Amino acid sequence: MITITHYLALSLVLFTLGVVGMVIRRNFITLLMCVELIINGATINFIAYARHLGDVTGQVFAVFLITIAAAEAAIGLGIIVALVRLKQTVQLDQANVMRG
Amino acid sequence: MKDLLWLVPLFPLLGAMVNGLIGHRRGWSHHASARVALAGAGLALLAGLGAIADWATTVGTHSVHVNRVFTWIPAGLATTADGLLADVTVEFALRLDALSAVMLFFVTFVGFLIHVYSVGYMHGESAPAFARYFAYLNLFMFAMLTLILGANLLVLFVGWEGVGLCSYLLIGFYFEKDWCAAAGKKAFIVNRIGDFGFLLAIFWAIKVFGTVDIATMQALLAAEPAKYASAVTPIALLLFVGAVGKSAQLPLYVWLPDAMAGPTPVSALIHAATMVTAGVYMVARCNFIYAAAPEAMLVVAIVGGVTALFAATIGVAQNDIKKVLAYSTVSQLGYMFLAAGSGAFAAAIFHVFTHAFFKACLFLGAGSVIHACGGEQDMRKMGGLKKYMPVTYWTFMVATLALAGIPIFAGFFSKDEILAKVFAAGTGNLHGYGSIYLALWGMAVVGAFITAFYMFRAVYMTFHGEYRGAPEAAHHGGGHGKEGREAELASAERGGHGGAFVPAGGEERHDAPPHQTEHHLHESPPSMIWPLRILGVGSVLAGLVGVSKVMTFHLVDLNWFEHFLHGVAPAVEVAHHPSLAVEWALIVLSVGVALAGIALARSFYYGPQAFTKPQRLAQRLPALYRAVANKYYVDELYEAIIVRPLVALARFTWKGIDTVAIDGTLNASAFFTEIAGDVLRFVQTGNVRNYALMVLLGAVAAALWLLV
Repeated sequence: MITITHYLALSLVLFTLGVVGMVIRRNFITLLMCVELIINGATINFIAYARHLGDVTGQVFAVFLITIAAAEAAIGLGIIVALVRLKQTVQLDQANVMRG
Repeated sequence: MKDLLWLVPLFPLLGAMVNGLIGHRRGWSHHASARVALAGAGLALLAGLGAIADWATTVGTHSVHVNRVFTWIPAGLATTADGLLADVTVEFALRLDALSAVMLFFVTFVGFLIHVYSVGYMHGESAPAFARYFAYLNLFMFAMLTLILGANLLVLFVGWEGVGLCSYLLIGFYFEKDWCAAAGKKAFIVNRIGDFGFLLAIFWAIKVFGTVDIATMQALLAAEPAKYASAVTPIALLLFVGAVGKSAQLPLYVWLPDAMAGPTPVSALIHAATMVTAGVYMVARCNFIYAAAPEAMLVVAIVGGVTALFAATIGVAQNDIKKVLAYSTVSQLGYMFLAAGSGAFAAAIFHVFTHAFFKACLFLGAGSVIHACGGEQDMRKMGGLKKYMPVTYWTFMVATLALAGIPIFAGFFSKDEILAKVFAAGTGNLHGYGSIYLALWGMAVVGAFITAFYMFRAVYMTFHGEYRGAPEAAHHGGGHGKEGREAELASAERGGHGGAFVPAGGEERHDAPPHQTEHHLHESPPSMIWPLRILGVGSVLAGLVGVSKVMTFHLVDLNWFEHFLHGVAPAVEVAHHPSLAVEWALIVLSVGVALAGIALARSFYYGPQAFTKPQRLAQRLPALYRAVANKYYVDELYEAIIVRPLVALARFTWKGIDTVAIDGTLNASAFFTEIAGDVLRFVQTGNVRNYALMVLLGAVAAALWLLV
């Protein structure tokens, strides 16, 4: 029997992978993928609780999150293209022109 | 015509606007500017005479005619001091009565003559400066006429401030010279001190009477004197503070001698004949307030009497011909206040009237002398001018005799009237202060002696003996161009810093042999000579309108002047008048001291032994001589106790408050913001992963805060 605990565990694993990846990796594309993991972890959390509590609001939020993830991917890829044109790299360590 | 009274100040105002706004900018010729200015002053004279004639024939000279022009300040209802509601509405109204008629006549008359004289005197100026001069002069006429004709204290105050402004503008006419601009500022600031008192008096009057209208105040005061008894003394004293500033009395007289930095016709018109008498006029205008305030009258009399003697003694040691006349003006204004303070308001105005003629004549004569000497004002460098400029000499002589108080000349009648009234106030024990009035009378007699002395000293130094001028000064005298004016300025500057009793030194006479320079000395042009002649005649005849009853042995009453003014400026009478014999003794005494003063001046400054006696006297009494020659160090005293502390205070508010406190606070806050930014900028690493870590830590912190 797959209970809500399993879903939450999956959600937590995905979320943690995303956060850890964001902190330790330097490739901008990987970072973007980590953000996707975080969002998807959160989406699974919403869906699990929506089913557990019988409330469709969670599902509505899941649809929103998918939309936001798509928009975020588009913007993120655009930034990557601009960065590559400017620095000929996707390594974030070399893109610190905003340093104070 | 009397209903067109508002035209009288309007004409000079139009003249000032045309010359100041159009002529000055368009660079009109001297002719055009002069024509506009003379039209402004001349039409004011004609309109004034027409209004006086109409008023005198249709409603009579004892009536008051008020010409309401428009409602100026409809302030509405206000609560007065006694809790009643009063409708405080200020009309812009002009008032023609005996007092303002006298002033109106001589101000427009003398003013017009001085406009004529100025055309000749100022022709060396450039066209824009000429237009500017006449614009100021016409504006002054407007302000002075507003002052005279004002039916309430506020309209009077508008004129009062207006004449102060014009005085400032004309004293600083040669504003490119620092010391002229400084003299203008000094006059304005000292006058402002007095004006502050005047303003307070107006506020107080509104609070107490609920009106500033002179007729209404007089009626209220006459109806219930007891109700206003406590308010009249402070109001009268504050009004007098204004008069002290405007009329150059102790302790605010210091601006008038410096005011001689202006062109000489200005000194004649504003600082001798008209503006400075505004204080006396105002006291006479408000005589009903003073009559109800004996202590205020005593203060007026004391200030006037002390000033009369004090200024006269300074006049003894001045070498600048205009400075002598300036101190003489201060002294004569003192006599006028002494008369007003003794309750003889008509006598005060009578002296204002005669003084206007002979003092304007003296100043214009001095201007003629200065013009001829190429701008020289130092009497030590004049002398012997009698044979070169006979008209100037004789008119100056007549006016000097008038000022000295020699019988049949104008000043004799008015000064004698004042002395008689003050003596009567003393013997009649006016308000119980008889002994003080007697002491003031004594000071006035001594002042009369000194007046005769210093005026004849000026006459002898200027017109008699040998010419002592430097050759180059006389050379410039030939061409009255800009050089002449420059020389006048330079000379006044030198003369401005005190001077000696005695000629600048014998050697100068040898340096400048008379035969080289004498032919450059010349009489002034007709436009300057004719005003002198007319004013000279006025200096003889003006006194005849007020011959006192004593002089006619009570046989006929020829004192028209006092009867004319009786309705609007009644004297505060004492119970006991001195007998006819005593009055005659006073007349003989005052003529005697005048003659003694003249004799002393003659023995000091006339003939082959001229200047030796005063030199010896100065050597014998060096301390006294130094004190007098340096004007008792009053300017230095003001410098030390008022100017320096004020400058120090200004420096403190600048350096201490403005720079340190205000700028400091502002700069410090900017400095700390900068420091904070310098430190906090290291947070911005530019590394996206650091930001991600911070977001994470923030999220964890937020989660912990929500959970725990």
